[in-house]
Amino acid sequence: MRGDLRMLAGLALAGFLVLPLVPLLGWSVAQGWRFPALVPDRLSAQAWSFALSPQSGVLASFAITTLIAAATTLLAILIGLPAGRALGLYRFRGRGLVILLLLAPALLPGIAVVFGLHGILLRAGLAGTIPGVILAHLVPVLPYVTLVMAAVFARFDPAFEDQARSLGATPWQTFRAVTLPAILPGLMIAALFAFLVSWSQYLLTLSVGGGRVQTLPLLLFSFASAGRNDITAAIALLYILPGLLVLAVTARRITGRGAALTERLHP
Amino acid sequence: MTTLSLHALRKTYPGAGHAAVHGLDLTAASGSLTALLGPSGCGKTTTMKLIAGLIAPDAGEVRLDTGPITHLPPEQRGVTMVFQNPLLFPHLTIAQNIGFGLRMRGLPPARIADSVAAMLSRVRLDGLGDRRPAALSGGQQQRAALARALVLHPKVLLLDEPLSNLDPGLRDEMRQLIRGLQLETGITTIVVTHDQAEAVALADRIALMLDGHLAQHGPPEDLYRRPASLAVARFFGGVNFLPGRSEGGVFRSALGTLTLPPGMPEGDGILTLRPEALRLGPGPNARMARVDAVTFLGTQTRISLTVEGCALQALTTPDLATALAPGTSLAVSLPPEALWLLPPE
Repeated sequence: MRGDLRMLAGLALAGFLVLPLVPLLGWSVAQGWRFPALVPDRLSAQAWSFALSPQSGVLASFAITTLIAAATTLLAILIGLPAGRALGLYRFRGRGLVILLLLAPALLPGIAVVFGLHGILLRAGLAGTIPGVILAHLVPVLPYVTLVMAAVFARFDPAFEDQARSLGATPWQTFRAVTLPAILPGLMIAALFAFLVSWSQYLLTLSVGGGRVQTLPLLLFSFASAGRNDITAAIALLYILPGLLVLAVTARRITGRGAALTERLHP
Repeated sequence: MTTLSLHALRKTYPGAGHAAVHGLDLTAASGSLTALLGPSGCGKTTTMKLIAGLIAPDAGEVRLDTGPITHLPPEQRGVTMVFQNPLLFPHLTIAQNIGFGLRMRGLPPARIADSVAAMLSRVRLDGLGDRRPAALSGGQQQRAALARALVLHPKVLLLDEPLSNLDPGLRDEMRQLIRGLQLETGITTIVVTHDQAEAVALADRIALMLDGHLAQHGPPEDLYRRPASLAVARFFGGVNFLPGRSEGGVFRSALGTLTLPPGMPEGDGILTLRPEALRLGPGPNARMARVDAVTFLGTQTRISLTVEGCALQALTTPDLATALAPGTSLAVSLPPEALWLLPPE
């Protein structure tokens, strides 16, 4: 009985996630599909072959978006891991203020941040460049990573590190052999968040990149506003690909230690 | 073989009103087992972390035979600390835990496996090497933590309250294991404990710490029979204290004139006598006493007495105490050889 219910819930969830994608798939291979026809008149690979051809710029944009998301993730972890460690392990004066400031970019609407940020990056000569876009993406990404890592470290006993040092491990060996295995599930969640938040940025990329950094969301919008449903659908399907991929790869690891992890994140 | 010495070691934690450790001088002879004894909060664990290099002193020095090690990071000191909590790494098996330090040194896996196997059997954990720490009992985890340190053959081994997490039945076993391994390996060892009975049973020498400084350091018998101060005597269960004056081999106090053993210093002081040394019956330095209370303590019975207006306590075997009821009068004697003089407060 419980198994049946769980299966039903699973199917409902899958339907909720997958059903909206079905028309996309249809559009991407349709040639002439007008209301009220249930299925397209003719099928064609035209949209796909255009989307995947060099002229469309989709593949180049895909590469740039991946590069920006990966670099943002890496930077966010390099900064957010030590910051989250400090927030999670130590009680210090001004800790509440730091948390508030960290949360601020996640709470404020992006449009409020964009103009000031653009001005700063313009003066630094980074507007319209990939590094500029990466720095801008850190603004919404860093709070996620830092706060997830703070929650992870709040459940970590630093005495394990003292013990490792006393057993002859250098600081780096201690991190690799003791700390990292303990925080890895949480770290992967943080990285997943970071990648996907960067991947889906539109406003920040548009403003800071000044149209010169063409990430997939920007390309998607330009085809959508040009009224090309078939190409837009093909790009949209490409656009959700890494999200599904990252989720599939990490889901196993995350659910493998699911119980321990959720307990860690939501004590 | 290594002698460990601490010189004028001082540590104050930020925000704390007083120093956790102040002006600590201590030498642990090569191959000895020293118990660092003291009530909780007296600075024992801080001292261990200072020796291990896990915290830095504000002043003072930690030395081995080879020279000062105060400036060295923990992994380069040759000093290994075992914490009160076994702290076995949960993602590693017991064998991997014991081999951890050797792996960090970059030893070949075959040699690590040999050392680990030998160590597993030495701490009676044969066959448990493939288990995870959570699958072991508390006593087994403590033994694995000890093995993980000993396999490194450290110059100095520090054990922080190794018995406090164990059931009383397991303590004796663990105590014998620690003593046996220490004698066998000859590693200079310091054991932190708050339990004086444990310190006496385990150690060659006891270093008693009170309020962040060393109150007395010597063989266990010295701290029992020849305490250096009233505080030391009290910590070791001393209850009989008589203020007075020592002159020409006798002690003048509220109890009149008592004969002292030879070699006692002259001048004002506090006379002490261990409760188990107070003899019920006539003898040298005899006085008449009245029994106030008789308390059965199991293997011993405590008798509270009033002698010439002074309260004294005696510990005796239960069968010797059967005839005594509160209100009884009897002769007691204070054997001169059991008397000891403390400096005045």
